[in-house]
Amino acid sequence: MSDTHSHSVAFVRTETLPQLPPPASEAGVVKWMRENLFSSVPNSILTLVSLYVIYQLVTGAFPWMANGIWNTNSLAECREILDGATGACFSVLTERWNQLLFGFSYPSEFYWRPGLAFLLLFVAAAPVMFFDLPRKLLLFTAVYPFLAYWLVWGGTIYTPLFALLGIVIGYLVYARFVKDSFAMGFFGGVIAAFIAWFIGGYIVGAIAPAEPFLEAVQSRDMGGFMLNMTLGVVCVSLSLPLGIVLALGRQSDMPIIKWICVIFIEFIRGVPLITLLFVANVVLAYFLPPGTTFDLILRVIIMITMFSAAYIAEVIRGGLAALPKGQYEAADSLGLDYAQAMRLIILPQALKISIPGIVNVAVGLFKDTTLVSVISMFDLVGMIRGPILSSTDWNGVYWELFMAASVLFFVVCYGISQYSQWLERRLATDHR
Amino acid sequence: MKKTAFYGALTVAGFAASMASAATLDDVKERGTLNCGVTTGLIGFASPDANGVWDGFDVGVCRAVAAAVLGDPNAVEFVPTTGKTRFTALASGEIDMLARNTTWTFSRDVDLKFEFVGINYYDGQGFIAPRDLGVSSAKELDGATVCIQTGTTTELNLADYFRANNISYEPVPIETNAEGQQQYLAGACDVYTTDASGLAATRAAFENPQDHIILPEIISKEPLGPLVRHGDNDWGDVVRWTLNALIAAEELGVTSANIEELAAAPTGNPEVNRLLGTEGELGAMLGLEADWAKNAIAAGGNYGELFEKNIGENTPIGLARGLNAQWTDGGLLYTPPFR
Repeated sequence: MSDTHSHSVAFVRTETLPQLPPPASEAGVVKWMRENLFSSVPNSILTLVSLYVIYQLVTGAFPWMANGIWNTNSLAECREILDGATGACFSVLTERWNQLLFGFSYPSEFYWRPGLAFLLLFVAAAPVMFFDLPRKLLLFTAVYPFLAYWLVWGGTIYTPLFALLGIVIGYLVYARFVKDSFAMGFFGGVIAAFIAWFIGGYIVGAIAPAEPFLEAVQSRDMGGFMLNMTLGVVCVSLSLPLGIVLALGRQSDMPIIKWICVIFIEFIRGVPLITLLFVANVVLAYFLPPGTTFDLILRVIIMITMFSAAYIAEVIRGGLAALPKGQYEAADSLGLDYAQAMRLIILPQALKISIPGIVNVAVGLFKDTTLVSVISMFDLVGMIRGPILSSTDWNGVYWELFMAASVLFFVVCYGISQYSQWLERRLATDHR
Repeated sequence: MKKTAFYGALTVAGFAASMASAATLDDVKERGTLNCGVTTGLIGFASPDANGVWDGFDVGVCRAVAAAVLGDPNAVEFVPTTGKTRFTALASGEIDMLARNTTWTFSRDVDLKFEFVGINYYDGQGFIAPRDLGVSSAKELDGATVCIQTGTTTELNLADYFRANNISYEPVPIETNAEGQQQYLAGACDVYTTDASGLAATRAAFENPQDHIILPEIISKEPLGPLVRHGDNDWGDVVRWTLNALIAAEELGVTSANIEELAAAPTGNPEVNRLLGTEGELGAMLGLEADWAKNAIAAGGNYGELFEKNIGENTPIGLARGLNAQWTDGGLLYTPPFR
């Protein structure tokens, strides 16, 4: 039988068949959808529900956005033009954009000053953030705070110049004495800087021209997103070094330093930020002698910085605790002293571990700057809730304004988060 | 009301601290500007326009005082205050006067050690309801859901009113006026209750204001007025009589249009002459120039003009004079004589 069978085959193919395309259900979009969207009954239901929700959102929001009106002078005019149709009234943004960005009393002819300071911020931040850039750029970073202060607040250029001079003198004294002892260098530097500022204050008072090159702007005229940016940038950059110092202090063997740091951190962490802001705004006014005007923005900066420094200190302490004990011992065995061990071995690793936590605090802090609207400062949210919504023209425009605010905040916070992820990848030296 | 006690204690402390600089009038003259506390923004009463210039009914009072004391209605530094910071700002001396639609109550006057110098707006709590609901009186609201701001006097007033009329209601607690507007428009409650001036402003912001009616009942007394620190009577007199001058000017027919003419030479009406300084020594008694009241009235007009310009019937807010009419027109404005 087997013979007959083998001979009964009339034709045997000698070459391989060309490959057929996979069945339609196993290729391309269909396969992807089968695997990812409709792999099981519950998933299919979820997909359909999600599609329905997205559809609803898009059909609901799109006409509203697309019909948006950009060039009227009041909400009433918007409604007249729309005549019952759905549509956003973005005119509030085109009419009040300057108030949203700069507050309502910053002189409009000086808008270029904070604008320029904002652009220069990127130049100043670049060498700190991207360490492949030439190190000489750090010189500009060092000058930037004084330059930005001068641009935004205006007034005589001697104030920031002498502030810078005080720091330079302090640093020179520190460099001279630090070889003998760190404490002597540190305190000598601080005292020298204060003496320089004290004397500088008198000199500035004497030589300041009546008509400064950049006209002075009062702190109470600051507002809008500029205020959020100022508070956010200043407080983050001040609280990071302060947080490192506090974290190291808390780990210190010296009891007084340790307890000062512990009490500071625990006290600040146990008090809500809004309480600190009220203290800055209201209670301090009672303790200062009548007539003293201790700048409100400065008070708020101090409070927010203390607040975020306490949190950053705890984040960094987590990083320090995560380091194996062998790292400390390795530093000791190399004969490094405390400062060298921290600078060269411990902190680079501890800070690297702490990056996500620090970024978390920084983003939270930036958004928390909107709390100052509660103590009647007109930051972005304060501008919206106060002057803009209470004007007869724009009373009732909520979505458009708060959407604009969230876009501004989202851009900044997303930028910070992307940078931190890049930084983590860049610093990854372990074998993952 | 632990909070009140806390602020009260703070205020007392601040009062003791500020006794040293009691002569506010001298301070203001020396400084050349008046520090006036206003809201951070309340439609019609105080808000900065697109150019950052403050305008509104309360702002008008500030400008009048600045004009009376310094001769310049623009010599005002407006210090925005919130409901929480307003009293401490005044007590600590950060501001010279507070014109922030603040209700004159016993405890604020006596316990917090402030001096209410008068009333510039008689407000009261009212209700707004959709026209479709078909009610024409608050007494018909039996069983209604009511949007109400928590922790305010309006909440207590509401409970009192419904109990007194023996009807029931269901409160829907909300946090801010803006939230109240949204909840009410979304139909979360049948009626929304807050101060009548606030209701009018709220209604003005609606897309279809004619679909909503403000019920005629006013269930509480909210006399709003400017206030100063306790213990500086000279300064209190200046603010009090500036406000009175605005009210008297309307009663006497002195407006910003005819004031130059009336002040140029003594007129037939001796009270107008005393008010405008062409007769008598009223300005000197206050420690001000003879034309103090003329400047105050010229700053933004008399009381009636301020009212019409900022919150009156021709504005989007559209408040009727009501209680805020002159006593001769059946209202409550009744200023003591300028004599």
